[in-house]
Amino acid sequence: MAEVYKLNTPLAVEDLKKLKIGDKVLLTGIIYTARDAAHKRLVQLVKEGKDLPFDINGAVIYYVGPAPAKPGYAIGSAGPTTSYRMDPYTPALLDIGLKATIGKGNRSKEVLDSMVKNTAVYLAAVGGAAALIAKTIKKAEIIAYEDLKSEAVRRLEVVDFPCIVANDTFGSDLYEEGMKKYNEE
Amino acid sequence: MREIDVSKITETVKKLVIDANYYIGKDVSDAIKKAVSEESSPTAKEILNIILDNHEISETEKMPICQDTGVAVFFVELGQEVHVTGGDFEESINEGVRQGYEEGYLRKSMVGDPVIERKNTGDNTPAIIHLTVVPGDSIKITVAPKGGGAENMSEVQMMKAADGIEGVKNFVIDRVRRSKGNPCPPVVVGVGIGGDFEKSAILAKKSLLRDIGQRSSDPVMAKVEVELLERINKLGIGPMGLGGKTTALDVFIEYIPCHIASMPVAVNINCHAARHKVVVI
Repeated sequence: MAEVYKLNTPLAVEDLKKLKIGDKVLLTGIIYTARDAAHKRLVQLVKEGKDLPFDINGAVIYYVGPAPAKPGYAIGSAGPTTSYRMDPYTPALLDIGLKATIGKGNRSKEVLDSMVKNTAVYLAAVGGAAALIAKTIKKAEIIAYEDLKSEAVRRLEVVDFPCIVANDTFGSDLYEEGMKKYNEE
Repeated sequence: MREIDVSKITETVKKLVIDANYYIGKDVSDAIKKAVSEESSPTAKEILNIILDNHEISETEKMPICQDTGVAVFFVELGQEVHVTGGDFEESINEGVRQGYEEGYLRKSMVGDPVIERKNTGDNTPAIIHLTVVPGDSIKITVAPKGGGAENMSEVQMMKAADGIEGVKNFVIDRVRRSKGNPCPPVVVGVGIGGDFEKSAILAKKSLLRDIGQRSSDPVMAKVEVELLERINKLGIGPMGLGGKTTALDVFIEYIPCHIASMPVAVNINCHAARHKVVVI
């Protein structure tokens, strides 16, 4: 039976080891946003041995390009984007301390292997549930690459951000297991 | 000749793009409610319920259903008795997109050049406009904002006549299978058959303007649609690809005549935020 875990960021390895695919996670704390364009720049910084615009140790990256905030709102609609576009960049960030990524859709074998190697997880958020997710984001601030507009790196303060464990630290994959379980072909 | 000023078109388009992004069709909500009752996977049920909650929040808070408010795709039927005055017709639509995406707090998701710089145009233009001229003295404008995730899972194949209807079915199912969770299932699958290379793709996109449950007027194709929907929902992909019985909400097939040597087949996939709104000026 799937469990529900309330986790705080930065993520602790002991917490991550409890998670199994299908578990529900409610995330509270600081998470950072980045999509393809920002990842390209982040990984370039890693290659050059330079500092990233945020502390990557135990960090969570959410793949999102939010809609603009209406007056009085912290952020506009903010659902996940498709994760495979970030696959080429993800192992380099996991290697230096990134502990979770949040997005939608399955990951490459390289990313799956890197998550096992680095004790990290991949969390699925519900694509298209963008207004609902926005309500769990209490504060948003651009901290790098403002020129990328909706794709800039943002620091988000979240409370009970809802996601599902899609890949755990043991190498299990809910995309594969789920499809196998319900396939009736 | 009926005169319609471009400012009227701009004003209409502005409202249309905002409404399409804030309010999901009842057909989609109803189909998801039905799916909740039929799902056995707890994860799938949970995801579908989150999607339904999100419909309510976006409507009451007047926020976009999805942050990906899409490429602004238009199907315009321009009555041949209409004289558009006061400016450039296509620009009047783009101006409506510009204003609607700004005033409605919608995301601007267009880059100016697709490969080298990929710099955001800043106002979600240019729109994609499919224009046909028809009898009459009105302008029918349909907008279908199209997100990138589902669009990226679409494909055109130039099939052989020998592939037949079984070939078409296998291609559609295989395309959905390979898409897995990426296009935000439960998806809506649009299939365009015939015409030529580009026409089949436009037809597939146009089929997505149907409401969920609306069958092809061709009884043979209507049966194929039902069969494909059943087979797709046996793939096990499920909501967001995490397993379940609800991989697609519907399958729509449109076809038109084609060359004796060809059988173009296009599959255009839509996410569960299957948005479209129509207005007649």
